[in-house]
Amino acid sequence: MTDPTPPMEAIEQPVVINRGSRFGGYLRAISAVVWKDLTAELRSRELFSAMLVFALLVILIFNFALELDIRTRETVTSGVLWVTFAFAGTLGLNRSMAVEKDRGCMDGLLLAPVDRSALYFGKALGSLIFMLIVEVIVLPVYSGLYNINLFHPGLMAVILLGSVGYAAVGTLLSAMAVQTRTRDVLLPILLFPVVLPLLVAALKASNGFLQGFEMEEIWPWINLLIVYDVIFIAVAFMVFDYVVEE
Amino acid sequence: MEPIPKTLKVLSWITGALFIVALYLVLFYAPREMVMGDVQRVFYFHVAAGWVGGLAFLVTAIAGGVYLRRGDHRWDQVALASVEIGLVFTFANIVSGSIWARPIWNTWWTWDPRLVTASIMELIYIAYLLLRQGVEDPARRARFGAVYGIVGFISVPLTFLSIRIFRTIHPVVIGSGDPSATGSFNMVPEMRVAFFFSLFTFTFIYATFLWHRLRLQRLAEKVEHMKMKVVSE
Repeated sequence: MTDPTPPMEAIEQPVVINRGSRFGGYLRAISAVVWKDLTAELRSRELFSAMLVFALLVILIFNFALELDIRTRETVTSGVLWVTFAFAGTLGLNRSMAVEKDRGCMDGLLLAPVDRSALYFGKALGSLIFMLIVEVIVLPVYSGLYNINLFHPGLMAVILLGSVGYAAVGTLLSAMAVQTRTRDVLLPILLFPVVLPLLVAALKASNGFLQGFEMEEIWPWINLLIVYDVIFIAVAFMVFDYVVEE
Repeated sequence: MEPIPKTLKVLSWITGALFIVALYLVLFYAPREMVMGDVQRVFYFHVAAGWVGGLAFLVTAIAGGVYLRRGDHRWDQVALASVEIGLVFTFANIVSGSIWARPIWNTWWTWDPRLVTASIMELIYIAYLLLRQGVEDPARRARFGAVYGIVGFISVPLTFLSIRIFRTIHPVVIGSGDPSATGSFNMVPEMRVAFFFSLFTFTFIYATFLWHRLRLQRLAEKVEHMKMKVVSE
């Protein structure tokens, strides 16, 4: 890697070029932030490899902790998957904000002439993409290792909804956590009690699909997931300004 | 040392008197419950403590919202003071419930929605205090506290809902009760009096504590200010 600061260079271009409609500009600002995160990651591959290896290690440990034999596997799979996603997600969220803080990149982002909430959506979308990539790799690996079929469209939808909510709340809270003295330990403590309803709903819905329950039993959980996502995206949108304000 | 304001003094005395009356009502006036016996008397203060916990965290969320709008740091002090009081009362609520549950449910703890929600709520506001501890700049500390106070409070009903979809055994004494709940009972008029008086008294206790806590906060700031003055001279 020759260029030490890819984030700044990447964000400037799309914002300056053209500001047609307000909404178009807003979307361009979001995509610029996402694009910068992806480019930086593509060049360093720090975050993604750490998340993936960590996720695989968690699954490995669960194998011994729960003795994932044929009889219990069906019932614990959704639990193992969601604990893995949650832990790997925390790792990614922490890192995604810490790199902005470390080299003063956050100040650069804040100077950009765009709405602050666009920065929030950009960072959240970036974290969501990382989570989804990790999940896309973990799922077939888990299927192969434990000979269980995870390719169910309903399960995919639940994982998507769960990851959206997780990234939405996680990005807001990690933006606060990295600005504190105890930043590395603080994020899970802040995040887990708040994200609990999301995890419970995602777990139960995944379990429902894996065990082939009736849709009637699964709908309440999916509704709860959607409600959670909508509420917390809206709240984060409203308060993010105060979190990054200097 | 500035003297305690007269209104606060009066309020403290009223609260003390109310508490003594509440104790009398709960321990002597309210009749003994037929099935559960004297342990049912935990109920009056148990619900009242839970009410104050919820009220305190609501006040924190509202004060946080007002702080973000106006930027007046007194609202932040209200939010912080309220969290501390809420933590104590929620803890009292959980412990007293546990004491009641031991003879009635034959266990100290079950994974019932109300129990889980109360303990998660406790954890959220412990995290709130940890978050504040980690931030040095007072304005930023206040802003972070306000944001987390709002986010945390919104998640509480969702937590309750998420666990509520499981079956519950916690009795619902007010409103429609689930007949499968263990330890449910109907309140006779004397019990009702003791119950509502407890709620009333605990609300007074909350207000009194809040005021004292705010006063303490102001005095601590004054001391800090004086210290700085002495050091700089």
